[in-house]
Amino acid sequence: MTLVKTVEETLEEGLVLKVRGLDVRFYTYAGVVKAVSGVSFEVREKEFVALVGETGCGKTVTTRALTRLIDPPGRIVAGSVLFRRKNGTVVDLLKVPDEVLREIRGNEIAYIFQDPSSALDPLYTAGYHIVETLIAHNKKVKRSEAVREAIRLLKEVLIPHPEVRVKNYPHELSGGMRQRVVIATAVANKPKLLIADEPTTNLDVTVQAQILDLLKEVQSRYSMSVILITHNLGVVADVADRVYVMYAGKIVESADVFTIFEKPMHPYTRMLLRAVPNPLKKIEKLESIPGTVPNLINPPPGCRFHPRCPYAKNECMREEPPTIEVERGHYVSCWLYHRR
Amino acid sequence: MDVIYRALCFIIDLFTSFMERIRPGWIERNKSKIDEWKLMAYAYSKSPIAVTGGILATITVILALFGPLIAWEPYWQYKVVVNPDLWLKPPCLPPSCSGYPLLGTDEWGRDIFSLIFYGYRISFIISVMVVVLGVPLGVILGLIAGYKGGYVDEVIMRLTDIFMAFPGLVLAIAFATILPQRIRGLLDASPQLKDFLLWIFALRPQEYGQLAALLSIFLALVLVWWPTYARVVRGTVLSVREQTFIEAARSLGLSTWRILIKHILPNILSPIIVFATFDLATAVLLAASLSFLGLGPQDPVPELGFMISKAGRFFPERSWWIVVSLGIVLLLIAFGWNLLGDGLRDILDPRTRRAIEVRARAKARAKAAKVKGG
Repeated sequence: MTLVKTVEETLEEGLVLKVRGLDVRFYTYAGVVKAVSGVSFEVREKEFVALVGETGCGKTVTTRALTRLIDPPGRIVAGSVLFRRKNGTVVDLLKVPDEVLREIRGNEIAYIFQDPSSALDPLYTAGYHIVETLIAHNKKVKRSEAVREAIRLLKEVLIPHPEVRVKNYPHELSGGMRQRVVIATAVANKPKLLIADEPTTNLDVTVQAQILDLLKEVQSRYSMSVILITHNLGVVADVADRVYVMYAGKIVESADVFTIFEKPMHPYTRMLLRAVPNPLKKIEKLESIPGTVPNLINPPPGCRFHPRCPYAKNECMREEPPTIEVERGHYVSCWLYHRR
Repeated sequence: MDVIYRALCFIIDLFTSFMERIRPGWIERNKSKIDEWKLMAYAYSKSPIAVTGGILATITVILALFGPLIAWEPYWQYKVVVNPDLWLKPPCLPPSCSGYPLLGTDEWGRDIFSLIFYGYRISFIISVMVVVLGVPLGVILGLIAGYKGGYVDEVIMRLTDIFMAFPGLVLAIAFATILPQRIRGLLDASPQLKDFLLWIFALRPQEYGQLAALLSIFLALVLVWWPTYARVVRGTVLSVREQTFIEAARSLGLSTWRILIKHILPNILSPIIVFATFDLATAVLLAASLSFLGLGPQDPVPELGFMISKAGRFFPERSWWIVVSLGIVLLLIAFGWNLLGDGLRDILDPRTRRAIEVRARAKARAKAAKVKGG
């Protein structure tokens, strides 16, 4: 692939994670699905980053690929994922041996999954999940200590009566409570990076707000970096520091959260923002983006957004748009802003 | 039914108080587990099928354990030599006749009723050994195939295909004909193993030549047994591993073995238990059919299938009682395990368990209301 850029092997100070040219493909019977192509992004220390995009645009696959959680027929074809470990060393997560990766998973990079109802094993108690994670990464921890730590963590994620709840099975907990247990499990080893994959999608609106507040609070308490995957721009405005907008397996625009909302540049971002109801303005009709995400087996040539883009020019259909820094820290991949 | 529920609760209480004594606080920590067990006991006692199966299976186990001690006639004494009258004596039921064996005799003058007790032990040991060795083999291969996927899966599954391409009985016959010589060599090499096997089959040391034949039946069954389990387990693993909690476990850095043993295996255990219970019955019947075909032990070992096959020479006028009584024994063993498996399937599935509980509670309430009203 021509998209793969040369890999820089240095990780600048202040960065936790630097992804360059990540390429993930799924080899299915129907053809090769180019789920993620040439994605590059970085996460700074203690930063709350949001990854935004429609369903099926590769957000989840991107984050799973970071710790090689891609199952066959999927394969990570190219790219580099530089990560600064707890002990200060910088490693490429796509190249380290499996044992090292296992040490990193759950200990330095932790995940929170979308569906709290199935993210806990129905056969084990809430406490067991936390204890298991603690012991998996620190063999010296005694069981009784681990249980005490589990109770402390449950208290920290604001579960009432943690001493009782620690013995409860998942079916005895409500959806919001389960998600709190999942968060407690994820932060049990104080990871440097927390990846939250649509943590609020299956919850009530009021519970959603609580969970987001909790995430924000936990982040500042443990001074973690967070990658939040969502398609809810309201959530983004609330918690994120910086935003990456993804479309059809590529990052089309990135900027800090104010810029994205004040001065969106990419036509896709603009349309996405117009599709969010604004409680301060009275609108007759909520807009939607015409069309659907293209089939990633045969993505459209040139800019992948051109079939749905109202500003599409001839260039857009022929050649991929370059990534341009329109102002400091605001990148956009679109021919509209390209000056020759 | 209430008696059974109380008996099971008593057993559970006994166990929990025992655990409490070794590890204080155990009951408190496992409260919901114990409640669930009691609920299972309740659902079990409410299902007539499961209770019948349980009773039959318990009888089988008790007879298998103590049968050889109860049997009043050593199977190796050929009474017909002393008393030619005993040659294929028909059943002798008390009012009309007395002094002769209740269920008749075989062509060596041995009491059929007494031989049944030996036969129970042999059939039971073979079926249990087949399940105990064959099931884990299939389960482990199925777990690995289902979880690893890719080439590993392909190799294991094609191997099971090869085994399943032959009819099970034909394959077992093939194994049962080649295995005895090798097993005999193995037994000659280790006398302790020989003594142990003779002891669990309740046979005399003189019968050690027959041991190889018995073992070859059992090994042949193990060899044709595992592929079904590998298939079933692989299928359930495929559906369980797509669950988020398995992915969550991986993302938390747990090792593959830990995920397999702690998270996948317990989640697929109940279908395996049900399947294994059914297979105890099938193994008894298959072992009997192999020795019926002459691949098992020879005289004087009282193997059920072999005795039926011998009776065939005099069938029906001079041996119908042998075929009928031994056939009923095989039927009772198979029937008991099948009913128990059927009952366990309902009880181990949480959804049907709840349904049974709700229905029973509603009935009890209606009864209580009637008593009050009347």
